[in-house]
Amino acid sequence: MAANGIGVSVRRIEDYRFLTGRGTYTDDLNRPGQVHAFILRSPHARAKIKSIKTDKARRADGVIAVFTGADIEADQLGGLPCGWMVTDRHGKPMVEPAHPVIVKDEARHVGDQVAVVIAETRSQARDAAELITIDYQALPAIVSTGEAMSKSAPLVWDQAPQNLCYDWALGDQAAADAAFAKAAKVAKLDIVNNRLIPNAMEPRAAVGDYDAAKGHYTLHTTSQNPHVIRLLMSAYVLKVPEHKVRVNAPDVGGGFGSKIYHYAEEAIVTWASKKIGRPVKWTADRSESFMSDAHGRDHVTHAELALDQNGTFLAMKVSTTANMGAYLSTFAPCIPTYLYALLLAGVYTTPTIFCEVRAVFTNTVPVDAYRGAGRPEATFVVERLVDEAAKVTGLDPAEIRRRNFIPRNAFPYQTPVVVQYDSGDYQSTLDLALKGGDYAGFETRRAESAKRGKLRGIGLATYIEACGIAPSAVVGSVGARAGLYESAVIRVHPTGSVTVLTGSHSHGQGHETTFAQLVAERLGVDIANIEIVHGDTDKIPFGMGTYGSRSLAVGGSAMVKAMDKIIAKGKKIAAHLLEAAEADIEFKDGTFSVAGTDKKKALAEISGAAYVPHHYPINELEPGLEEQAFYDPANFTFPGGCHVCEVEIDQDTGTVNVVKFTAVDDVGRVINPMIVEGQVQGGLAQGIGQALLEGCVYDQKSGQLVTGSYMDYTMPRADNLPSFTVSTHNTLCTHNPLGVKGVGEVGAIGSPAAVMNAVHNALAPLGITRIDMPATAERVWKAINGAPRRAAE
Amino acid sequence: MYEFNYHRAKSVDEAVKTVKGASEGKFLAGGHTLIPTLKQRLARPSDLVDISAIRELQGISVAGGTVTIGACTRHGDVANSKDVQMAIPALAHLADTIGDPQVRNRGTIGGSIANSDPGADYPAAILGLGATIHTNKRTIEADKYFKGLFETALEDGELITKVTFPIADKAAYEKFAQPASRFALVGVFVSQGKAGVRVAVTGAGVCAFRVAEMEKALGAKFAPESVANIKVPSKGLNADIHGSAEYRAHLVTVMAKRAVAKANG
Repeated sequence: MAANGIGVSVRRIEDYRFLTGRGTYTDDLNRPGQVHAFILRSPHARAKIKSIKTDKARRADGVIAVFTGADIEADQLGGLPCGWMVTDRHGKPMVEPAHPVIVKDEARHVGDQVAVVIAETRSQARDAAELITIDYQALPAIVSTGEAMSKSAPLVWDQAPQNLCYDWALGDQAAADAAFAKAAKVAKLDIVNNRLIPNAMEPRAAVGDYDAAKGHYTLHTTSQNPHVIRLLMSAYVLKVPEHKVRVNAPDVGGGFGSKIYHYAEEAIVTWASKKIGRPVKWTADRSESFMSDAHGRDHVTHAELALDQNGTFLAMKVSTTANMGAYLSTFAPCIPTYLYALLLAGVYTTPTIFCEVRAVFTNTVPVDAYRGAGRPEATFVVERLVDEAAKVTGLDPAEIRRRNFIPRNAFPYQTPVVVQYDSGDYQSTLDLALKGGDYAGFETRRAESAKRGKLRGIGLATYIEACGIAPSAVVGSVGARAGLYESAVIRVHPTGSVTVLTGSHSHGQGHETTFAQLVAERLGVDIANIEIVHGDTDKIPFGMGTYGSRSLAVGGSAMVKAMDKIIAKGKKIAAHLLEAAEADIEFKDGTFSVAGTDKKKALAEISGAAYVPHHYPINELEPGLEEQAFYDPANFTFPGGCHVCEVEIDQDTGTVNVVKFTAVDDVGRVINPMIVEGQVQGGLAQGIGQALLEGCVYDQKSGQLVTGSYMDYTMPRADNLPSFTVSTHNTLCTHNPLGVKGVGEVGAIGSPAAVMNAVHNALAPLGITRIDMPATAERVWKAINGAPRRAAE
Repeated sequence: MYEFNYHRAKSVDEAVKTVKGASEGKFLAGGHTLIPTLKQRLARPSDLVDISAIRELQGISVAGGTVTIGACTRHGDVANSKDVQMAIPALAHLADTIGDPQVRNRGTIGGSIANSDPGADYPAAILGLGATIHTNKRTIEADKYFKGLFETALEDGELITKVTFPIADKAAYEKFAQPASRFALVGVFVSQGKAGVRVAVTGAGVCAFRVAEMEKALGAKFAPESVANIKVPSKGLNADIHGSAEYRAHLVTVMAKRAVAKANG
């Protein structure tokens, strides 16, 4: 093993610049002659725009231009495209309304962009925006997911009756019904998966810079996938040649999904830069982020599980309404379908599953992928439902899980919902988590809490997720308008140091360290001599970016492929230099040697020879030592594991405290254990945040965003969280060269169900059967006070 | 924010004069309410008069059964003051529950009570200890100071210079924080001293208020059970996504009970 290779907790290389304030974020970039854009946003959830008067704003101090939807239309810009077409259960394509860069006739959510002012300073732009007079005719709005399809709901789009985007289904309904008819017991559940606002630490920003001399556009932006933005913006929105566009996503301060999508502001600054002939910067303030970053989750679900006498799962039926918001964000349609229903088997052998999903439009910010994306929603349904099943059968929650686990020897395991799991060991992760969380000793702790007047509960989630997204042909067959491979270039320099170009993008994940370790291990180069380059389409090969816990499984595999090409070429060069047969050359720890001899050449000698090919097999081999690879995964990867949560509830106030949390995750091969633990901890914080604290609230009548700032939107903070006990028990992925599965999302996927199972467990003695997320103090207090039985104090 | 003129006053007189001379002048202390308000363009003062450099508005002293805190004293300084911790530990504790370290290192007692946010913590201590508010013109008793939502007895251009707190025999503050903002959803300050028992509530109403029924019961017996069954009416209390009026009313009782228990040690 290399000193800083696979399996070592190397300190994050990138942290030095971040911790010393030397990162370069989009807002840090200032171009000569740069001016500033302010986006004027709709204050109404839904309103006709009868007229816009911009003359005063145009004449205001420092103002260079004011643009409205009419200007966008006049320049024939396209709308923001959607990257996924879902076909409904009747073979009908989803309703796909236009998503204008700036709206012209009607605003459809609070925050919808209605005009842009460009001025010398940000303040001048904002001042001038106040001089724009818009004659709005406010219209009734619909914001509720559950009510969107009701007869009385106003229509967000005329072409979408009942506000229905699609009515999609997966599985054999008749078979499911037949299984339910024979069931000894049925568990039922109505749940809400609360809408979340992502809140990356760095707000979105964009700088557009058009070079008239070259006819070249540059967009610096806070993106997780610069090439996807370049493709979508050049081909569909601006309709300019792709090769004339550079998209650069420099240091990015967190994304969690919200920076995957192509946003209007990116197109606006790039287009406007050409219009006015100067670079244009836009940086969101936090209030803008709340009302313009794509939100996450937002499902309303009814689910049922059929069981036999012994608690064996026979069939599952799930019916979900999913909120899309006012427009379809880039990947929105696939989240509640292919990233949701395909996970409903969980870790169990449920033979028959039927799922129907109705996606609805509402007058809210678009909803798209947010850390976990569909899989936390699926896990929440399955794992809450399994706890209900434990209740109706009288089995212990751990025992009913054990009885239904996919056994260790059953892999590869084909689920009834399309996907095939390659590996896993659910029994062991459960056993380890129960041991780590002292499940056996819980009743003693419950009694101790009761002495202090507190209700204590314990909850499990044995989750699975699908990540390492994704085999292109598979996703293409179900509506993806993109491939989901990844690219890498390994560039060995003449002196033997290495530059790696990757299509993945790091925005907090520590790729510059993890990828360097991977290369150090494989090529035997010290990590000090390895540089990871990402984010700039002028530097890196076409790549799909980072989301869906894919960077190591897909991007890392591309690096392995490229490194294998380097090693293969290096062997040829070494064979020539060492006057040996190529087949006799071995490569280990950075050295090429002739098997069974002491003849050897270091990688640096080989690369030196490759770039100075004086003694070189020049007739057979090109000079240079640089290789590119694209890797398209054969399957998803399937991390899983067990989270055990313990809560204590203050009956007087309803406050829920997480007092103990144990996670045992199977994430495949671990490159850097410290980074893995950090990813899990961050995910757990977000999952616990969803379960207990976070919840986007719209006013049902006005459609105003009530949780529009940190005064009302509750982010999890350190004192809301216990010290986590985090470990891994890994089985290797069988279909990628590293055996890695992915870790970015697992924490947020397993934890909400574990927390809510614990909350329900704590409240069960009072006869309380339903608490929705977030389980806020008042919500719990109300349930306790309306409860059939009040616990003996 | 909109443009404004900035002044840095060296004395109370200069500050008051400058504010009065401006078309719409505002005092700026720690700025922890005013600056966010300006950033959101919800206010448009013509002039900001920064009072944070005025020496006479700074500092903490304890003498003659009274704790005196200058108007521009920061929450963190009150929380960490050994003198306050000895004299009225409940007051130091309250200051330590305000916001986060950044807020406590900037926000001031004068700014807090001049603004009289319904969720602010200090008003509970002002009322709960029967403090006296000193301004450049006069002294105002706590009971006559809080008038309504963001409304106090202060007149235009009147500047708080210091606050004096009588040292109580017993006192405690219990706060149920609004989970997002960490302001008080409900905070209850109780004290027992020469002037009797005081129970003051912040967060629940439009401004801080006292609960006479609880004070009476505690006057008879200063014990948690004395207030356990006393409910304030929910009518007129604040209600938002974090707590209905009923919930807040309930929390007043719970926090009062806990505060009394804590005061009793």
